[in-house]
Amino acid sequence: MADPTVTLNVTRYRPGQDQAPTSQRYTIPYKTDWVVLDALNYIKDQMDGTLSYRWSCRMGVCGSCGMMVNGVPKLTCAAFLRDYHDQEIRVEPLMNFPVIRDLVIDLSDFMDKLKSVKPWIIRKTEKPVSEGEYLQSPAELESYKQFTQCINCMLCYAACPVYGLEPDFIGPAAIALGYRYNMDSRDEGKDSRKDILTGHDGVWQCTFVGECSEVCPKHVDPAAAIQRTKVDAAKDWFKSYLLPWGQK
Amino acid sequence: MNTHDIVIVGGGGAGLRAAIAAAETSKQLSIAIVSKVYPMRSHTVSAEGGTAAVLREFDNLDLHAKDTIFGADFLADQDAVEAFVNEAPREVIQLEHWGCPWSRDPDGRVSVRSFGGMTVDRTLFAADKTGFHLLHALFQTSLKYDNIVRYDECFLTSLLVDDGKVRGVTTINLYTGQVEVIAGKSVILCTGGGGRVFPFTTNAAINTGDGMALAYRAGVALKDMEFVQYHPTGLPGTGILITEASRGEGGWLKNKDGYRYLQDYGLGPPTDTPTHRKMELGPRDILSRCHMQELAKGRTFEGPYGHYVHLDLRHLGEEMIDKKLPFVRELARKYVGIDPVYEPIPVRPVAHYMMGGISTDINARTILEGLYAAGETACVSINGANRLGSNSLTEILVFGARAGRSAVEYSTTQSAPKTSALAALADDEQKRLDRQFLKKDGGREKIATIRQDMQKSLEEGAGIYRDEQNMQKTCNTLRTLRERFKDIKIEDRNSTFNTEVMNALELDFMLDVAEAIANSALKRKESRGSHTRTDFPKRDDENFLKHSVAYQTPDGPRIEYSPVKITRWQPEERKY
Repeated sequence: MADPTVTLNVTRYRPGQDQAPTSQRYTIPYKTDWVVLDALNYIKDQMDGTLSYRWSCRMGVCGSCGMMVNGVPKLTCAAFLRDYHDQEIRVEPLMNFPVIRDLVIDLSDFMDKLKSVKPWIIRKTEKPVSEGEYLQSPAELESYKQFTQCINCMLCYAACPVYGLEPDFIGPAAIALGYRYNMDSRDEGKDSRKDILTGHDGVWQCTFVGECSEVCPKHVDPAAAIQRTKVDAAKDWFKSYLLPWGQK
Repeated sequence: MNTHDIVIVGGGGAGLRAAIAAAETSKQLSIAIVSKVYPMRSHTVSAEGGTAAVLREFDNLDLHAKDTIFGADFLADQDAVEAFVNEAPREVIQLEHWGCPWSRDPDGRVSVRSFGGMTVDRTLFAADKTGFHLLHALFQTSLKYDNIVRYDECFLTSLLVDDGKVRGVTTINLYTGQVEVIAGKSVILCTGGGGRVFPFTTNAAINTGDGMALAYRAGVALKDMEFVQYHPTGLPGTGILITEASRGEGGWLKNKDGYRYLQDYGLGPPTDTPTHRKMELGPRDILSRCHMQELAKGRTFEGPYGHYVHLDLRHLGEEMIDKKLPFVRELARKYVGIDPVYEPIPVRPVAHYMMGGISTDINARTILEGLYAAGETACVSINGANRLGSNSLTEILVFGARAGRSAVEYSTTQSAPKTSALAALADDEQKRLDRQFLKKDGGREKIATIRQDMQKSLEEGAGIYRDEQNMQKTCNTLRTLRERFKDIKIEDRNSTFNTEVMNALELDFMLDVAEAIANSALKRKESRGSHTRTDFPKRDDENFLKHSVAYQTPDGPRIEYSPVKITRWQPEERKY
């Protein structure tokens, strides 16, 4: 019996060479413990050195290798061929992003949005390092820890129908990270993140489809961060009317 | 031409810490971070177990220094180690202030855990994703400094040396394919290790020794390159790291008879709960050798990816595993289909860390004026012949910050780089790149084939156990590969995101690093730390209590030696 094979149908796009994206089929050996990234590396090393894609840690933590696999945003280092076997596997660049080349997308928009939520600890007065750490109880840590797990892999943006239509929407990961700092007991910067998180391009754009949390490989649940930020903002608004004497 | 005061290459922990240290000294300084990946993709992200620093009343600085020096088999420079342990507590608290989500004790203080070779609990951690959290905390914090400018996805190709001083770098901008100059009064290399010279490694694809090779080509020595750390617990097949914290929290290593074999190698007696520096908390070099001894005795398992033993966490229970080791559970389930709550994890030694690197002084300076280095790419040396687990994350903080401050001090005394001279140098570099890579015609050798041959040869000659004959063979093979490399075939002519050219340049770097490793190893006729020779099984302080320093020549590395700095800890037999 012939050795088993699998076919990958991969999006190709080389600026200056291709008018529009095309697809190319590669039939490669099938191994049960291979992930889609292993298959791409096989193609790159043995069949076609011109295929471009990003990857690095191959253990699901650097966030480089996100792609659409059969139409679903996936980390290709964690998408096993065996879960797709007996069919052709379609590998495309992440949706909702401009494509630089082949499977490489442009994430500079996210990098700007990340910075806009001020993802750092903001203090009114900084405690000198010589005075030691800020105490934080395990429960206080727990309240934001989940939202620290974001690896910036962009799968949530590829899944988000709102981001697809409204590119100005700051989007799931950036909001989750802004919320992460708001919830951190060491932080006092919630007010300075308010405009960006609850402004025009912030949480109110979200129609609560929940796809972002569905595809998140790290269970960050950005949808929850968005909903809680909405609730907080609504409470603040309500308080500002009920308590007009600045007792916010 | 873009000009800055300080150009930092590498956006991992060391590079970011250097950038912030420099940015904090003055808002007037312009600091560039150049990286072939977005900073949050850097390999710091994969560090799991923790960050060592003396924080608790039961601990003290001398103890941390002694553990480190002892672990290093006395090849560490003791003045550097003293500086390191002194500044470590400040650095980890600084990270706390910058938002690192360290795991906490019930009283709100940051927690500490046991780690291999450490006498007391002194390893801070953020569950078992410490490197990930440390990197993201540093990266996100770096975004608040307007005087830090990033060049993401720009691939380093050369150091620009004008009149004996480093005055910038050339890069290939991956988006445009253009060769660009990024000029500065000083350059700090924070480009990480080069574990990808080995076939089986915990290291990420990007760990190709870029900075090491470029410093080496510029005449700076690579120090102690023969010392390569094998981590005892990687997953078979992929080499994915299973953190030492799994043993720090109480995990057991068992052979195929279910026996905790480390007790047969002077590390006993076995206890149910972990004992510092004993059994599974022995240092990495020794534990990796014990594995190989078990293999020789026929007491390891055999699987599709070769020999392995069991790392058993079952007795820790699901709650503890989920709280302290969630990533271990995730990785084991995903990549070997094992849930450590119910089954032991298959593990084997895997190339993990390079103790050696670009020779620097205690202030991260190299002998080449204007050039600094920090992190795994550098060799200060605090790690000597064997690094203790959880010292490397601390090292990138302490020496990253030192590099940043040193570069500021130097740069403020310097006038702006002469752009005409740099442009001429860049022109030469463009021609070299065109000839060898970008416009290279013909060629028959596959990049992947040469890479695989290099990796195989290095594992055979410079693995856990080494001897004269195999090392010599590896040195010869690597010379041949250098020749074969000239005949590589590059098919991709597109200027946008050309990863084939990038892979060729990375292989070029790795071949330099591999030769430095193999030749340094061949010349060290003793066994010390991670460097274990079957033909010279004893440590030889009389002849080899010294650093090797490798210089590049057209005929391969020239190996010289430099003294080890001993202050308060006289060499003694290393027994645990």
